[in-house]
Amino acid sequence: MAEIKNYTMNFGPQHPAAHGVLRLVLEMDGEVIQRVDPHIGLLHRATEKLAENRTYLQSIPYMDRLDYVSMMMNEHAFVMTIEKLLKINVPIRAQYIRVLFDEITRILNHLLWLGAHALDVGAMTVFLYAFREREDLFDCYEAVSGARMHAAYYRPGGVYRDLPDRMPQYEISKNKTSKQIKTLNVNRQGSLLDFIEDFSNRFPGYVDEYETLLTDNRIWKQRTVGIGVVSPERAIALGMTGPMLRGSGVEWDLRRKQPYEVYDKMDFQIPVGKEGDCYDRYLVRMAEMRESNKIIKQCIAWLKTNSGPVISKNNKVAPPSRKEMKEDMESMIHHFKLFSEGFHIPEGEAYAAVEHPKGEFGTYIISDGANKPYRLKIRAPGFPHLAALNEMTQGHMLADLVAIIGTQDIVFGEIDR
Amino acid sequence: MKNSPKNLFLSLKKFLGKKVLTSNFQNNEITLVLELSSIKNTLKDLRDKKEFNFKQLIDLCGVDYQEYKAGAVDEKRFAIVYHLLSLNNNQRIRIRIFADDNEFPIIPSITDLWPGADWYEREAFDLFGIMFFDHPDLRRILTDYGFVGHPFRKDFPMIGKVEVRYDPTQNRVIYEPVSIEERNNVPRIIRDEGIHNG
Repeated sequence: MAEIKNYTMNFGPQHPAAHGVLRLVLEMDGEVIQRVDPHIGLLHRATEKLAENRTYLQSIPYMDRLDYVSMMMNEHAFVMTIEKLLKINVPIRAQYIRVLFDEITRILNHLLWLGAHALDVGAMTVFLYAFREREDLFDCYEAVSGARMHAAYYRPGGVYRDLPDRMPQYEISKNKTSKQIKTLNVNRQGSLLDFIEDFSNRFPGYVDEYETLLTDNRIWKQRTVGIGVVSPERAIALGMTGPMLRGSGVEWDLRRKQPYEVYDKMDFQIPVGKEGDCYDRYLVRMAEMRESNKIIKQCIAWLKTNSGPVISKNNKVAPPSRKEMKEDMESMIHHFKLFSEGFHIPEGEAYAAVEHPKGEFGTYIISDGANKPYRLKIRAPGFPHLAALNEMTQGHMLADLVAIIGTQDIVFGEIDR
Repeated sequence: MKNSPKNLFLSLKKFLGKKVLTSNFQNNEITLVLELSSIKNTLKDLRDKKEFNFKQLIDLCGVDYQEYKAGAVDEKRFAIVYHLLSLNNNQRIRIRIFADDNEFPIIPSITDLWPGADWYEREAFDLFGIMFFDHPDLRRILTDYGFVGHPFRKDFPMIGKVEVRYDPTQNRVIYEPVSIEERNNVPRIIRDEGIHNG
């Protein structure tokens, strides 16, 4: 009788389904996976070490680059930890703006996940649809911060500036006729809030479109139902959070359980799965997008009727306005000190976490009283998820591995840090 | 409130007694510095006892205290910080343990209590060189294959020690000592008065 041996296969780091730079060493028995050994760290940039050598304000842009598909949420966890240590209050309008942009970010993240996951499993169209909507949301990012992705918009004590009164419009160029420009600018006539409101009215229809393409699709179901099942007990033990945990039927959402900012005033549901397979996690994330849209609408309604400051008046932490700086000596000194030496955080330690689209994203800062953190630890949600890959793929076929990587919503920026 | 962090802090101190070396309650967060020798049993109790029920290990990280307050604290250099979360009671705690030996820090692994600790301990080993007794597979995780040293230790330079380039004469990638100089535009300053009076 012929001897049958397992064989070892290398997957990635350059592979379209590896979501970046994931290298897997697979031990295969025919086409059935026996063991997966993920090799990570190919995108390791030592963000935590870099942050130890920079002032707090200088580290905020590094946070954008961690999970580069949900940029503002990363900043949010970081500034929340600083605010906790400094015991400063954030103005209510800034809290609403943060919640608004957190939910925009959640939709951005879930759209990329949906497109990439569907593309891995074999559906091309969803990817194109999802990127069409992402474009509008990037424009919102750009309108408030000037950057389409790496915004650095959240600052300790609030947000960098108030929402603009006028949504930037397309301008006539040699590539676009004035007629095309007119159609592109139809929903950009008012303020940024009008633009987001228009988007939030259109968005449920888009989610219906994606669902028409996937939810009852036979191929999609064959590829996801019963794949990568995680029991609730294992999900908790393995450190899973976010949709990975909720897909297994555990109702746990920091926005509800440990509310931060103004989430306690928001009306939304927490979608929970039942089976803990890839299909349930898909349904959870789809429902989350609809819930995020509801929260966005509530934020817009509040922001349109209320005004106020968007950053703390405490000039030891937040910069004074340009006008004050030009007229007032003390403000000028504050500005100079803030952007050269930076603010100091009294000795202590704190951990603050947000409900990131992928799970619990937290930062842990140890300060020894200096203008730089003594130690910054970033708790990335994807890290324990990827660690569980071996367990989730046990006994599955090689093609299912791709579906499981997709369902984990892997982004290497946060896993490797 | 029965479930408040303050009450949990008091009941934890009562339950653990002498195993708590120091404790701190700040910003509604509980920090306990525990004794190394009995750490595994303590953590098992915290996980399984109904009133604590910390079923989830949220985070595990290494800390190097060598330059803390510009070297004011010596003695024990390496610590491990656990962040635990109880989903049932909606509580968090932070536990810190110090390794005894600064040259060869060793701490019991908790992968059998929380399987999710596996990669976190590999990370702490990789970045800080902290050994985990009884860990099933203690390999480097984030740094390069064949990396020398532990990059997050405070005595490891931020620019690193080696750089790589492709050498066309040897037809391969070679490692060389770094040619750049470390640059620090903003000095690290400790001000005891903090921000509010400064």
